[in-house]
Amino acid sequence: MVNKKRNTILFATLAIGLLLMFFASISLGSVNIPFKEVYTSLTGGQASKLTWEYIIINYRLPKAITAVLVGTGLSISGLLMQTLFRNPLAGPYVLGLSSGASLGVAFVILGAGFLPSFLKIIALSSYGIVLASTLGSTLVLLLVLLVSQRLRDTMAILIVGLMFGSFTTAIVSVLTYFSTAEQLQKFTFWSLGNLGNLSWKSITVLAVSVVFGLVLSAGSIKPLNALLLGENYAKSMGLNIKKARLIIIFATSILAGSITAFAGPIAFIGLAVPHIAKLTFQTSNHMILFWSTLLFGAVIVLFCDIVSQMPGFDVTLPINAITSIIGAPVVIWLLVRKRNLQ
Amino acid sequence: MKTILNTSNLSIGYKSRKGNVVIAQDLNLTFDSGKLIALIGANGIGKSTLLRTITGIQSPLAGNVYLNDKSISKYKPLDLAQNLSLVLTEKLPPSNLSVFELVALGRQPYTNWVGTLTPEDIVKVNEALALTQIEHLASKRHFEISDGQLQKVLIARALAQDTPLIILDEPTTHLDLLHKVSLFKLLKKLTQETQKCILFSTHDIDLAIQLSDEMIIMTPEMVVQDEPCNLISKGSFNALFKDEHIVFDAEKGKFIVN
Repeated sequence: MVNKKRNTILFATLAIGLLLMFFASISLGSVNIPFKEVYTSLTGGQASKLTWEYIIINYRLPKAITAVLVGTGLSISGLLMQTLFRNPLAGPYVLGLSSGASLGVAFVILGAGFLPSFLKIIALSSYGIVLASTLGSTLVLLLVLLVSQRLRDTMAILIVGLMFGSFTTAIVSVLTYFSTAEQLQKFTFWSLGNLGNLSWKSITVLAVSVVFGLVLSAGSIKPLNALLLGENYAKSMGLNIKKARLIIIFATSILAGSITAFAGPIAFIGLAVPHIAKLTFQTSNHMILFWSTLLFGAVIVLFCDIVSQMPGFDVTLPINAITSIIGAPVVIWLLVRKRNLQ
Repeated sequence: MKTILNTSNLSIGYKSRKGNVVIAQDLNLTFDSGKLIALIGANGIGKSTLLRTITGIQSPLAGNVYLNDKSISKYKPLDLAQNLSLVLTEKLPPSNLSVFELVALGRQPYTNWVGTLTPEDIVKVNEALALTQIEHLASKRHFEISDGQLQKVLIARALAQDTPLIILDEPTTHLDLLHKVSLFKLLKKLTQETQKCILFSTHDIDLAIQLSDEMIIMTPEMVVQDEPCNLISKGSFNALFKDEHIVFDAEKGKFIVN
């Protein structure tokens, strides 16, 4: 089996790449910390400068872990959506989840002026924003689940998701129309995404949700493979379509919803990474795609994070801009190079 | 010979607000092992409804469908998948599946929660590839092969599912005469070598007359099941098309245009 050997080499390369990127992301930034010091610090030793130790534990390490969680979670939810909707351009956002999150955050940031002052402080704290965005995406998730129970056709769910998306986007624009410049700036800031600023407590919550979503996704590997032949064949092979669909949508929502809540809407990862994995491994078998998408997602978001940190410079770029700048050309290149996108 | 599936006083059709729309009633059909059975009828006569009802997708208006003497409505999806496999007309969604992987998906009712193939599963898949004579295609992608080859791959997938009954919905639609004949001969060979019962719907009536063991003719008035030669001598084919220009020639065993 030539394929098996090739896959083993690819997986090994990806694993080593992940490790390197993880260290690089901690080491590089406005202050560059030598690899050796990062290693010493992470393995429980004392870095030679106390400031380095402080930066690593309080800024760089949480950020790197968030990048891994965001990368794996969004990529896997993209993979699930692409197979479920038999649509190569589907991503976690097609269900309208991020729009829901945006709506929640928009209500809090842009509508805070209408709240009494003590509520305003709570609402505008970072917890308030996380809560609002979680509520927003959960609301859209519940609506999508409700509708998907009534609809037999999977394509209809896709359209319903898109409709929820445009509906919430419209409300957000109405809200921005009535808001002050300061509020608008804050909202724009959130919508650009941010991997940093997460406390260890928030990271724990995010990690639990992402791992839960990933476990549900891993449990859907067999149904996803059956769905490669279409729903009717999948049914004839003993698959309970309704249940499988529910689990897949639920897993996506948990992944995309929790990540958007903590890191903002991060573009293109969910759409582009599964394609990169599919092209590299030349397969549709989800047993292989699951792990390769997972690894690629982590590596690519870590890479985008390093770029956004602008090593050697004092400025930091928004992560969402970087993922789009890297992601959009990749998707176009994929479309052009491969006429029938799998 | 064993009866795999039979219907008793089956009524098929749709339930609507105005009442039941009956397409056919009092059907008593039997499907025995080792038989190649063709289902024929004009467009829109209800062949698909019949197939949907006997595969348990649609519930009957009256009567019952028995698979191995057990009502088909009592089967769990997984049990049903181990007794009944399908070859459909619909186009496959885009994917990178190789022929081997596609055929191996037929093992899903037997594999564990992630779908790992055991050595026994691989033996079954290779058997299916050998029976349909497509071993040389195993590593090709499913979109790289011709329509005729793809049809064989889909049949191999149904074989790998290892069910006593295989139902095919118009398997010869997009094929030329050569490939139609080779596909019918393959189905015939499969029923003889594996003792499976194979039911297929088709519009290639003259080929079906020559190659199938039994035929089911659907007309608005009646549904009959018999061996092709008996159906010819009974004159059942004349009722198939209500058109003065199409006449069935009993001696030649085919339709002639006046």
